[in-house]
Amino acid sequence: MAVEEKRLIFKHIDQPGYTIDIDCYLRNGGYEIAKKALTLKQADIINEVKASGLRGRGGAGFGCGLKWSFIPPTNTKPVYLICNADESEPGTFKDRQIIYKDPHQLLEGMLISCYANRVSLAYIYIRGEFPDGAKILERAIEEAKKHNFLGKNILGSDYSLEIYVHRGAGAYICGEETGLIESLEGKRAYPRIKPPYFPAVLGLYQCPTIVNNVETLCHVKHIMAIGGAEYAKLGTPNNTGTRILCVSGDVNKPGYYEFEVGKITLGELIYDVCAGIRNGNQLKAIIPGGSSAKVLRADETFKIKQKQADGSMIEKSITINDIPMDFDTMAAAGSMAGSGGVIVMDHTRDMVEALANINEFYAHESCGQCTPCREGSLWMKKITTRMTHGGARKEDLGLLKNVADNIAGRTICAFGEACSWPTQSFIAKFPEEFENKTKTETLSEPIRTAA
Amino acid sequence: MPQFRPEFLAKVDEAIAHYPAFKRSASLPLLHLWQEEFGYISNEGIHWIAEKLGLQPIQILELVTFYPMFRQKPFGKYHIKVCRTLSCALGGSSELHERFKKTLRVEGDPHGPIHSPDGKYTLEFVECLASCGTAPVCMINDDFHEKVDSQEKINALLAKCN
Ligand SMILES: Cc1cc2nc3c(=O)[nH]c(=O)nc-3n(C[C@H](O)[C@H](O)[C@H](O)COP(=O)(O)O)c2cc1C
Ligand code: SF4
Ligand code: FES
Repeated sequence: MAVEEKRLIFKHIDQPGYTIDIDCYLRNGGYEIAKKALTLKQADIINEVKASGLRGRGGAGFGCGLKWSFIPPTNTKPVYLICNADESEPGTFKDRQIIYKDPHQLLEGMLISCYANRVSLAYIYIRGEFPDGAKILERAIEEAKKHNFLGKNILGSDYSLEIYVHRGAGAYICGEETGLIESLEGKRAYPRIKPPYFPAVLGLYQCPTIVNNVETLCHVKHIMAIGGAEYAKLGTPNNTGTRILCVSGDVNKPGYYEFEVGKITLGELIYDVCAGIRNGNQLKAIIPGGSSAKVLRADETFKIKQKQADGSMIEKSITINDIPMDFDTMAAAGSMAGSGGVIVMDHTRDMVEALANINEFYAHESCGQCTPCREGSLWMKKITTRMTHGGARKEDLGLLKNVADNIAGRTICAFGEACSWPTQSFIAKFPEEFENKTKTETLSEPIRTAA
Repeated sequence: MPQFRPEFLAKVDEAIAHYPAFKRSASLPLLHLWQEEFGYISNEGIHWIAEKLGLQPIQILELVTFYPMFRQKPFGKYHIKVCRTLSCALGGSSELHERFKKTLRVEGDPHGPIHSPDGKYTLEFVECLASCGTAPVCMINDDFHEKVDSQEKINALLAKCN
């Protein structure tokens, strides 16, 4: 039997009759949790979020409460909060649903999070390609202000908060939190070096800044609704709550689904929820957490350590279908849960072509600050492009691997890893396909076509 | 200098007011407003925005050349952005781009914007538009279109451009 969805964030998404205006939100109990939260002590809210075990849904899976507690206790500067609505990791389309279909849920989550962190000015950094999303959020902010959920002296308290929408302009690197901050300061989105520029310490305008993903901030609302301890019972230990999974590629029913973290396996997701591989084809490969995540091969076995009920650890060999969708197991299987974007490829797909497509993305999106990333991403693209166009040289496979191996760990931001992992994993998992492309030595110019 | 509509100037002031701590933060918003109003970022625009924010023109120009959405030349009245990235490629984005090319009778390097000679259309491949589950997708100006997987759908979309 198919695993049941558990919809917290998506409770009202696509529900007939549910609209984006504040009246509809209020009819469905909207802002009640914020009202309650505003009567609590800030530290109590942070403790609930810590107790919930919530891990960031933007990609890295970092503890949300822990991140919040990095703001120096002696801080006297203003604290900012930025909602990361850049949603640009290929394969990911969840934040779009929240922004376009339930904007007040995000505002309520932000209101609680801002109050808890003593933030009086917050921004929503939304990707430039969501022009309607920006308008929807701006309208929702106006409505919330009219009801005094935002603005001065919220609901008669002495707490005031302004939220503004800030539009990006088409650069993927603005999703990286320090690149995002530079961009919000009106500069090129060049990521900052960490340390010292951990946003919670030195962020926007050199002030402590919380950067959280759209979905993460929505979860804060649901944590305050049921309490951190109760929330932590959802999901699995260390991988609590629910999370949205976006499935795209060669499945019959692609889409966005919300499950308790780790309570559904990759196989259940693909065969039960998404109705299997399209055209009756066979599964070949899955990229489980956005295009940066390492690819998994359908016929691999994965050795993972699992904690037993009595606390002891056992090692198990499992197939791709048995991998539970949680942060820790996905890491143990050699990839990452990342942004929750699951890209599925069937047996008709050419893995070199797929990698060439991904490499073109990263070559286009490198910000260009670090030589290994700027040059390496370009070279990887050049090599995989000539492989797909029959112009590969015998030494190209070794060269490709060498370039990839010399980016990760040598750059300012995690884009370095993000762009080398696909190449490293595609070669490691599908060496025969790459070898086939480099067998014949031809030195003709590759034909320039896209994708 | 172009004629400024009062509505445009009001929007500019409103945008600047969103950044009480640091005017420079309004650079991207002002570039968006300028491009919406005048179609592209001219030299004049760069100087005007720089002056408005107390910056050097180079500090605005370097944004225009960094962020893919800003352009320094006029684009067609209808800007068609076809997603090129993996999920859409699996869902047929190359075909979609080809079909647009044939239907609009335009030719050109798919790595850059392709303009129709009458100035009506600009066709461009872009990276993931965050709707990978409904591939292949495209945008025509601000409007977003999912599962554009047949010639009929393209015809219907283009019929609305006039
Ligand atoms: C290259 C790169 C791109 C990223 N893109 C996004 C993005 O589009 N959206 C997002 O929320 N986080 C993105 N992140 C992660 C952010 O840097 C940051 O970890 C996140 O916004 C923190 O929020 P969370 O703790 O709620 O997950 C990206 C990271 C990197 C390295
Ligand atoms: S790793 Fe790449 S994207 Fe990140 S700062 Fe360096 S050049 Fe820019
Ligand atoms: S790959 Fe096209 S929308 Fe994501």
